[in-house]
Amino acid sequence: MDIAELLAKNGLVFAFVVVGVVMWVSYQLSDRLSAGRLHGSAVAIIIGLVLAWIGGTMTGGTKGIADVPLFAGIGLMGGAMLRDLAIVSTAYGVDMREIRKAGAAGVASLVLGICVSFIVGAAVAAAFGYTDAVSMATIGGGAATYIVGPVTGTALGASSEVIALSVAAGLLKAVLVMIGTPFVAPLIGLNNPKSAMAFGGLMGTTSGVAGGLAATDKRLVPYGAMTATFYTGLGCLMGPSLIYLALLAVTGG
Amino acid sequence: MIIYGVAALAACHLAGVILGDLLGVLLGVQSNVGGVGFAMLLLIVATDWMRRTGRLPKLTEQGVLFWSAMYIPIVVAMAAQQNVVAALAGGPIAVIAGVGATLACVALVPVVARIGGQDAPLPPALAQEA
Repeated sequence: MDIAELLAKNGLVFAFVVVGVVMWVSYQLSDRLSAGRLHGSAVAIIIGLVLAWIGGTMTGGTKGIADVPLFAGIGLMGGAMLRDLAIVSTAYGVDMREIRKAGAAGVASLVLGICVSFIVGAAVAAAFGYTDAVSMATIGGGAATYIVGPVTGTALGASSEVIALSVAAGLLKAVLVMIGTPFVAPLIGLNNPKSAMAFGGLMGTTSGVAGGLAATDKRLVPYGAMTATFYTGLGCLMGPSLIYLALLAVTGG
Repeated sequence: MIIYGVAALAACHLAGVILGDLLGVLLGVQSNVGGVGFAMLLLIVATDWMRRTGRLPKLTEQGVLFWSAMYIPIVVAMAAQQNVVAALAGGPIAVIAGVGATLACVALVPVVARIGGQDAPLPPALAQEA
């Protein structure tokens, strides 16, 4: 009887055990080494990302540790389907009044978040010699999320090299938001539903926001996720249209 | 029964995602627009209605709360399958664009959160339920 084969066959069940162990280790580390200052969930997410790096290095694949056949169940457990189901479930018990109260801030955060990301990304692209509107819009889209970048690039016919750069920028943003949110939260007043809605709309990366708020205060998750979920769609709408046209006007192309 | 809660949650999830996809098609975008957000609003409205009409006993509620409690472990599994290698291999353009956009947007959080008056912080969390 091959144990590894048996575990691979029971992938999802094995994933529950693996993640359970990671959680336990993380909460121990959080208690013992940081006296609880760095949340156990933040430690767990960092360990998760390290595992993803190890998996990616070992297999050369794109799905982190889930590309190792033994850990394929992690792919199902943390995939978009169960992740979204869990995000939706956090809305249970949310007060509708909080959401209505933060409506204006939520909409403003979305528009501002998308525009600022595109501007920063496009400026960096131009600084490195990608001065055509198509490349600037694509890398700007990547600075929004790793989905907006390739969607914008594909729509505008950007080169595959530029599209790859935009994906890398977006992935880095997602990882950065996951790890960095608990550290910046006290500095930016990220401690109430309204600031969480503003945060979700400004950052936009669903996985980054989902991880970052989980590591900060789980009660903020539904508010941040609520606005973040509109971001990628809006970004894909604005990128190849409004923002591309604006960049075209600026570059004189 | 617990499955009623899970089924209600799943039905809201699917209805929201379908709405988000329809909106994406309407806008001509190759992406889901706000599907999870619509699903969350549906769940809030549906469970509120169920509670008021006495259709949400403790056991049904637990079907939703279970998934809510699984949120952080699921996010850890999500972190473990990110393409971290590609994120780190993008070179200076990707790093500066990614880090720059993140910092610029983080700095705007307090500004946007002030629109329509500042909110009080949540009370300190009770014992970690996650």
